Amino acid sequence: MARIIEINGPLVRLELPGALLGEQVRVGALGLSGEVIAREGDTALAQLYEDSTGLAPGEPAEGLGHPLSVELGPGLLGGIFDGVQRPLEAIWQASGDRIARGVQIPALTRDRRWDFTPAADRLPGMVLNGGDILGTVPETASIEHRILVPPDVAGELLELAPAGDYDVDATLARIRMRDGTLRKLSLCQRWPVRRPRPFRRRNHAGEPLITGQRILDTFYPLLKGGKAAIPGPFGAGKTMLQHQIARWCNAEIVIYVGCGERGNELTDVLESLPKLTDPHSGRPLMERTLLIANTSNMPVVAREASVYVGITIAEYFRDQGYDVVMVADSTSRWAEALREVAGRLGQMPVEEGYPAYLGSRLAAFYERAGRVETLAGNTGSVTLIGAVSPPGGDFSEPVTSHTKEIIQTFWALSKELADARHYPAIDWLESFSGYVGEAAGWWAEHVDPDWAEARARALELLSESEELRRIVNLVGVEALSSEQRWSLEAAELIKEALLQQAATDAVDSYASPAKQYLLLAGLLAIHAEGLRLIALGVPARRLIELPVVAEARRWKTRYGDAELAALRERVAGLTEDFMKLEGEYAVASGSAARVAAEEGGQP
Amino acid sequence: MKNLEFRTASSARGGLLVMANVAGVAAGTRVGITDHSGRRRNGLVIRTSDDAVLVEVFEDTDDLDLERTWVRFLDEPYSLPVSRDILGRVFNGVGRPRDGRPPIVSGQHRDINGAPLNPAARAYPREFIETGLSAIDGMNSLTRGQKLPIFSGGGLPHNRVAAQIVRQARLLGEAAGDFAVVFAAFGVSSQDARFFQEGFEESGALERLVMFLNLADEPVIERLLTPRAALTAAEYLAFELDRHVLVVMTDMTAYAEALREVAVLRGDVPARKGYPGYLYSDLAELYERAGRIRNRPGSITLIPVLSMPSDDITHPIPDLTGYITEGQIVLSRELNAQGVYPPIAVLPSLSRLMKDGIGGDFTRPDHPRVASQLFASYARALEVRGLAAIIGAEDLSEGDRRYLEFAEAFERRFVGQAEGDQRDVYATLDLAWDLLSMLPAASLTRVSEEELAKHYKPGDKVTR
Ligand SMILES: Nc1ncnc2c1ncn2[C@@H]1O[C@H](COP(=O)(O)OP(=O)(O)OP(=O)(O)O)[C@@H](O)[C@H]1O
Ligand SMILES: [Mg+2]
Repeated sequence: MARIIEINGPLVRLELPGALLGEQVRVGALGLSGEVIAREGDTALAQLYEDSTGLAPGEPAEGLGHPLSVELGPGLLGGIFDGVQRPLEAIWQASGDRIARGVQIPALTRDRRWDFTPAADRLPGMVLNGGDILGTVPETASIEHRILVPPDVAGELLELAPAGDYDVDATLARIRMRDGTLRKLSLCQRWPVRRPRPFRRRNHAGEPLITGQRILDTFYPLLKGGKAAIPGPFGAGKTMLQHQIARWCNAEIVIYVGCGERGNELTDVLESLPKLTDPHSGRPLMERTLLIANTSNMPVVAREASVYVGITIAEYFRDQGYDVVMVADSTSRWAEALREVAGRLGQMPVEEGYPAYLGSRLAAFYERAGRVETLAGNTGSVTLIGAVSPPGGDFSEPVTSHTKEIIQTFWALSKELADARHYPAIDWLESFSGYVGEAAGWWAEHVDPDWAEARARALELLSESEELRRIVNLVGVEALSSEQRWSLEAAELIKEALLQQAATDAVDSYASPAKQYLLLAGLLAIHAEGLRLIALGVPARRLIELPVVAEARRWKTRYGDAELAALRERVAGLTEDFMKLEGEYAVASGSAARVAAEEGGQP
Repeated sequence: MKNLEFRTASSARGGLLVMANVAGVAAGTRVGITDHSGRRRNGLVIRTSDDAVLVEVFEDTDDLDLERTWVRFLDEPYSLPVSRDILGRVFNGVGRPRDGRPPIVSGQHRDINGAPLNPAARAYPREFIETGLSAIDGMNSLTRGQKLPIFSGGGLPHNRVAAQIVRQARLLGEAAGDFAVVFAAFGVSSQDARFFQEGFEESGALERLVMFLNLADEPVIERLLTPRAALTAAEYLAFELDRHVLVVMTDMTAYAEALREVAVLRGDVPARKGYPGYLYSDLAELYERAGRIRNRPGSITLIPVLSMPSDDITHPIPDLTGYITEGQIVLSRELNAQGVYPPIAVLPSLSRLMKDGIGGDFTRPDHPRVASQLFASYARALEVRGLAAIIGAEDLSEGDRRYLEFAEAFERRFVGQAEGDQRDVYATLDLAWDLLSMLPAASLTRVSEEELAKHYKPGDKVTR
C-alpha cells in the first residue's frame, strides 16, 4: 500500500515500491503533485510542486508511471502556465484568486476544436517518421501550428483524418509501427521535460536575432540559436531588457519564463502584449507569445521545473521549423531552487551552498539552445536568453561565473549606469559577443558594407573616452588637447544618442537595423567632421557649441522608422552644419598652423 | 487529534522538541505545550513521521522536563481572527490584543501564511498614493499595489519617517475614504513601541489603522509570525472589505535575523552571511502579498523598512529585498548629519512603478517631466558640488554657482520638511518649479516648452 511516511517541507518520504526516479506522484488526500528524486528499497523520496502544509503521515500516495512531461499541441500560444504547465487562467476561473492545492487541469483546453488541414502529400500506405508534418492548424492569426509525428513514432500511415474541426484528443491518424503495434495520433502529444527533443543535426550558420535594441544589435549581437546571459544587480534593467526582447525581436515564437520573480511583471506582459503589434508581422504580439510563471511566492520545487517546461515547449516549436526565443528571468532563482533541494537532501555544498553539479546542470540547460536541422529536414532554432541575479551584484559568484563560461553573448548590466539613469544600463566595456563575425556578414549584406568598421570605430571611441575621463578627473579638462576633448564629446554623444534607449518612449522603444546604422554613421560623421575642423585650428569648445551636437541627441526620438529617408538626408547633409565654422577658420588656417608650429604647442 | 494530549517527548534541545509515537500528525500544525509548572508554550510542526514529530517551540525549550510535558496537536495552522473591528486595534506579534480591549470575536479565521496569488489573477499597480513627503511623492511616487521599501541604517530616523507616512498617507479623489493602514513593528524597543502608539493615537490616525507590535524582548519566533499576521489583516481589509491598504513594516532586518536564528537551530545549510538559502523565497512570500487583483476594488501597497547592517546595500537583507520589491527609498547618513529631515537620498532611490501612478490621469500632467528634470538638475548640481570641493567655490563659473545654490535649496526645502508638514502633491510640484526657476530656462531640457511657459518663474529670487 502506497502511503506517506514522512514530511519535511517540500520533501516527502513515501512507501512506494517500484517507484522510478523522476516519476510523477500524487500524494495525500488533496492529491498534491510531485516527483521522485531518490529511492531506497521500497521507499521513495519525492519533492512536491505544492505546499505540503496539512499533509500527514499515513495519507495515501500514488505513482503515475511517467516523468514530468508537457502537453504539446494547439492552445499553447497566448497562454500563461505555471511551472509544471498548469493553465493559470483556467485555474483562476476554476479556483479563484489564490491557487488552490491539488487542482488538476490539463494544459491544453478540451473545450475548443481546431481547424485541421492534413498535409497535401500524406497518403495511406506511406511511411512516416518522427518529426514529419501531419497537417496544420491556424492556432493564431500569425502562427500556423504544424502537427508533428512524435519523435518516437515511425511506421506506415494507415489512416489520416480529412480536413475538419477536431479537439486535441480526437484521433487524427493511425500508424502501424515497425514492431507491428498500432499508434493513434492526435493534435496533442507529450514529451518529458528533462529530455532534449531530438533533431537531425546542428546547423551552425545563422543570422542575427534583431531585437531593435541598439546596444544589443549593433554592438553585442546574438544569433538565432545562440545563448546569451544578462547578469546585473537588482534594478539594473534585466527584466526591462527581456521584456524589450520579448516584444520586439524577430523570432516567430517567444517563450517568457518568469522564474522566481515578481507577479506584477507577468501581469505587465499579459496586459501590454495584446496591445502591441509585432513590427515584423504586423500582428498583436500576444499571438506569438507564451508565458510560464513560477513567481517568487509560488512553491520552490516547481521553480526548478519551470525552465525545463519552457525549453521543451521551445524545442517543440523549433521542430515545426520556427525560430523561437526563450527568455528566462531569472536563472539564479532556478539555481537557488536547486540549492534548496540539494540542502534538504543533505548533499555536500561546494560554493556558497550550491551543489557540485550546478555548473553541469547550467551547461546542459543552455546546450538545449541551437539552430538545427529538424527530423523532417527543416530549419528551426531556439535562442536562449537567461537573466542572472548575482547576490550583491558580484559577478564572481557561482551562477554568474559558470554561466559566463557557457554562453556566447554577455550583456553585463551595471549599477553605476542604472544609477545614472543610463538605460539600458549595459556596460559597453564588460559585455561581449562571440558572434560579431557572423553578424557582420548579415549587416554588410542587408544594411551597409561598412557596418563592422563603423561598429569598431564607435567602440574604440568609447574605450578611449574611458581613459580620457580618468585624466579629466585627475587633472581637469584643460589637460586635454582639442582633439581629445572632441573625442570625449563624441563618445558622450554616442552614449546619449545611440546607446541610451528608453523602453518607455513610443518612438525609440524599437529601432530597425537601418535606423541603428544611420544613427551610428551620422554620429561618427559628426566626429569626423569635427576632427577635420580641429586640424584647421578650430577649438573643441566651438565644435561642442554647434547646434548639431545638441540636435543629434534628439534624432533617435525625432525620426521614427517611417522617417528614415529624412534621417538619411539629414546625415548626408552634415557637412553643412560645419561649413560656417570652417569658413571662419579656413582663411586663417595657414597662419594658425604656422603660429602653432612656432610655439611648439598644440593647435 | 486536537483533543488528545501526548506526553511522549523524547528529546528537547535548542528550541526543538521531538515527540515519539504519535502517528498521523499533519505538517505545519500549531502545537500547544504545557510544562510541569503549568506554563503554556506554543509551537509548530516542522517535520513529521510516524516515529517522530519535530516541533519548533516558540518560547524555547528551556526547563522542559520531558516526562512532565504535555503536547497537544491542534490540527490547524496559525490563524488570525478577522472582522471589521480590527480597525483601530493594537495587537501583539501573533494577533492577540495589546490595547487592553477584548479579543476579536469572529467566526472567520485566516491562515496567516496566506496562499500564493495566481499571477493570472493580478491586476497591474496603478494610481497614486500621497505620502505628503516631497522626495517620495515628487520623485519616487508610490503606486497602489506597489512594494517600495525604505533602506535605512542604524541611527537614522526611519521610524520617524515611517510614522510620518502612516499619519499622512492618503489617496486622491473618490477612493480617499476607502483608505486603511496596517502597521507592524517587530523587534522594537518598548520606547519605540510607545512612540508609534502614542503618535498614532494623538494624530487620530488610529481609527483607520491596525497595529501589530512585537517587542525586542518577546520570543524571536513570534517575529516570524508578525508580518504574516499583519499581511493577513491587510488581505482581509483589501480583498474582502475593498479597502486600499497601505502596509508599513519595520524592521525587516529584525525579521531576517530571527529567520537566521531559527534556521541555525534547524540545521539548514547557510548561503551568505549565515542566512539560509531560502531567505529570498521567504521574503518574497511576504512582499508578494502586496498587489491588486483583477475585478476587485481593493489593493495592498507595502512599505517594508529595513536598516542595512553597516550601511551596506549589498548585504543579503537589502540585496534580496531589492530583488523582490519595485524600487527603493534610500536614507542618507550624510543628509541626516546635515540636519536634513527626512534624509532621503533621491539619486539612489527609485520607484519602478512611478510612471503608472502619476501624470494627467492621477496627479498633474507635468509631474513625470518635472521629476525627471529634478533628477537631472540635482545630479548635475552634485557634480558641481564635487568640483567645488576640488577647485573651491570661488573659481566656479556664474552658471555653476547657481547649481550650487540649487543643490542647497533642493536639499533644505524640497527634501527637507518638518515632521508635521504634510505637503500635498500639488504643493510639492509647485515647490519643484520654484526651485527649478533658480536655474537658467535653457538648461531645463526635460520639461516641455509649454510647461516652462506656464510654470517657470524667471528672475524669481528664491528666499531661503
Ligand atoms: N531600457 C530602459 N528604459 C527605461 N527605463 C529602464 C530601462 N531599463 C531599466 N529601466 C528602469 O529601471 C527599473 C528597473 O529595471 P528592471 O525591473 O528591469 O530591473 P532588474 O534588473 O530586472 O531588477 P531585479 O533584479 O530587481 O528584477 C525599471 O523599472 C525602469 O524604471
Ligand atoms: Mg527583474
